[in-house]
Amino acid sequence: MSELKESTLVEENARLSETVPAGEYWMKEVKKGEILRITDLEGNQAADTLFFNANNTEERYHANNTLRMQNNVYIKLGTEIRSNENNVMMKVVADTCGRHDTLGSACSCESNTSRYAHEKRYMHSCRDTFLQGILDWGQGMDKRDQVCNINFFMNVPVDPEGGSKFSDGISGAGKYVEMEAMMDTVVFVSNCPQLNNPCNGYDPTPVQMTIWDNGN
Amino acid sequence: MKPIPEEKILYETVVSGGWNFSRIVRRGRTLRITDLEGGGNASALFYNADNYAERYNMGDTMKIQHISSLFKNACIYSDMGRVLMSITDSTSDWHDVICGVTYREDLLQRFGTKTYQDAHNGFYRSGFDSLTVELAKYGMTKRDFTNVVNFFAKTDIDADGNMTFVADASPAGSYVDLRAEMDTLVILDAGMHPLNPSSEYVAKPVGITLYESEPAAADDPCRMLCPENQRGFENSETYYL
Repeated sequence: MSELKESTLVEENARLSETVPAGEYWMKEVKKGEILRITDLEGNQAADTLFFNANNTEERYHANNTLRMQNNVYIKLGTEIRSNENNVMMKVVADTCGRHDTLGSACSCESNTSRYAHEKRYMHSCRDTFLQGILDWGQGMDKRDQVCNINFFMNVPVDPEGGSKFSDGISGAGKYVEMEAMMDTVVFVSNCPQLNNPCNGYDPTPVQMTIWDNGN
Repeated sequence: MKPIPEEKILYETVVSGGWNFSRIVRRGRTLRITDLEGGGNASALFYNADNYAERYNMGDTMKIQHISSLFKNACIYSDMGRVLMSITDSTSDWHDVICGVTYREDLLQRFGTKTYQDAHNGFYRSGFDSLTVELAKYGMTKRDFTNVVNFFAKTDIDADGNMTFVADASPAGSYVDLRAEMDTLVILDAGMHPLNPSSEYVAKPVGITLYESEPAAADDPCRMLCPENQRGFENSETYYL
């Protein structure tokens, strides 16, 4: 597990702090230099997150670039979150969890039919939440903008034989990850409603989104 | 190499090193990609040929099959729970799905400039530029550049997640057979793998052979790899009813 680092920022100084219930989305701009904290309020929740250049949403989060440029398959302290243009969008500057996933991507109604059973089509999913957010946001975005995302607080270890699995979460109540925006970035969270996977104990819970401005 | 009966072959070509290629592979046909000289790499993107909004999904491909690389009998999933293509044969036990492609700045930093003016068709073109130029021919843009599969490339991953490129993982004649379970647009770049530590820019040709194949039988090894794939195949088959 990677290095942990606590933040010195205090909640009272934040410019914004909002709770996102499971199964809902949160989409806000974080300005360059601002710090965003995502807090796993009750533990073992997955905060599925996308990032867009706020001035040109054709530039967006890209998992391959993020992992290749750090030569490592996990999101952790120090990770530079990269775009499809290979630019740095955000940087992880504090982390009390130790590991976050970007290989597994978000659950969807359709992938759930293959993963679990055909009748699981009729259950709420992260990608339906993302699509609702994209439709509400407008501005020309559509399904093509819903790319493979980061799953904060998820633990998906890979093994040297080419396998992978969803493991028990290593997160807990109150654990958080903090990122500094390296460009004006639209952060788009789908707080996972997954009820088929033991990683959250079959109990999706809320996360907290907190932003500090440049002067903290 | 497992031979393909002459009468089954529909089309053959060679993609020059560092260049791109695209074509629609119809359901039931198979695309063989061959590493002709060894040490090659083919970066590929996949789309439903009838609806480009449906495309290869790295996360679904990995989590549905509980895998972190591709190999014989594994499948390439779309983001709609369907199998786009299945790997009916492969001489390599590992095709990389994690590392993506080179960018202009990488090549500039590592190898300096080599412009078209100087080198004509031997100029350096990054994997990102090569694939997005080919995507644009189908009306798609940089936003449609999703995650790629790097055929013939292998990386070791240690317990902490650190990756190391494995040299000599793909000898000359290595090949992979991709059977289309849906009509699939394949966009491909015969470009250098981004983690290949070579001090020289690597540009190796890949062979392309399109051939007629049989639909997946009830006991097809790709279908039977895991219960998830049985449902994935059913989803592809239902789509064409």
